[in-house]
Amino acid sequence: MHSYALQAFVSEPLKPIIDTVAFSPSYGIYFSQSDKGGLVIGGGLDRVPSYGQRGNTPLQDQVLGGLVEFAPVLAQVKLLRHWGGIVDVSPDSSPLIGPSPVPGLYVNCGWGTGGFKAIPAGGFLFAHLLANDQHHSVSRPFDLGRFESGFLVDEGAASGIAH
Amino acid sequence: MQQFPCPFCGLRDETEFHFAAEAGKVRPDTAGAEISSEAWAKYLYFQRNPKGATREIWMHTTCREFFILERDTVTMEVTGAQALREDEEA
Repeated sequence: MHSYALQAFVSEPLKPIIDTVAFSPSYGIYFSQSDKGGLVIGGGLDRVPSYGQRGNTPLQDQVLGGLVEFAPVLAQVKLLRHWGGIVDVSPDSSPLIGPSPVPGLYVNCGWGTGGFKAIPAGGFLFAHLLANDQHHSVSRPFDLGRFESGFLVDEGAASGIAH
Repeated sequence: MQQFPCPFCGLRDETEFHFAAEAGKVRPDTAGAEISSEAWAKYLYFQRNPKGATREIWMHTTCREFFILERDTVTMEVTGAQALREDEEA
């Protein structure tokens, strides 16, 4: 497991310009608009493993430069705030769900950049594991044992994301 | 833009560097007995991922040399850089 800063940016409030999420793997960015009008902008992970919750400047260049190339109409938009949150990335970019080596202790972690989207399903599978003390068939491949068996779940390769 | 020290080229922009691995891992000796899956998993996948002072192997991608970088993962302060072998130092 390695920890990285994942940065996000929020712009000043604008009149409605987009009602969906725009995502470009080529430019390495995505953005959407909140109900309050602010654009929510994000991209890839910092390249330096870190616990410093602020993020580094080369990634800000990459994300905001990519945004302006992707949507030149946004070039004059001002940022309201930005932050860096720490995400834990596993060797195959997939989460760890299952019993730990300590009896009675179960892990549900290593969601990397995907936790917010996937945790409704992840929580359901984890509850099944806690209640039955055995995996749901969907969560079994995410067991810690995959690093010894070699059956990695290469989510990074499957989804074409950059980590 | 932070600058990292390459032991061979001096201070360069952080974008010229690539994180390779944590320092100090020893590859299982395949010349002897069979290596257990647990030992391979520990070598290949398990990291200390320390919060604070750390020793890592980085590559300076412009001179293609691997070296040891000592830094702090919270403050991002770099505390040292050295060649992997002392006799390689410029």
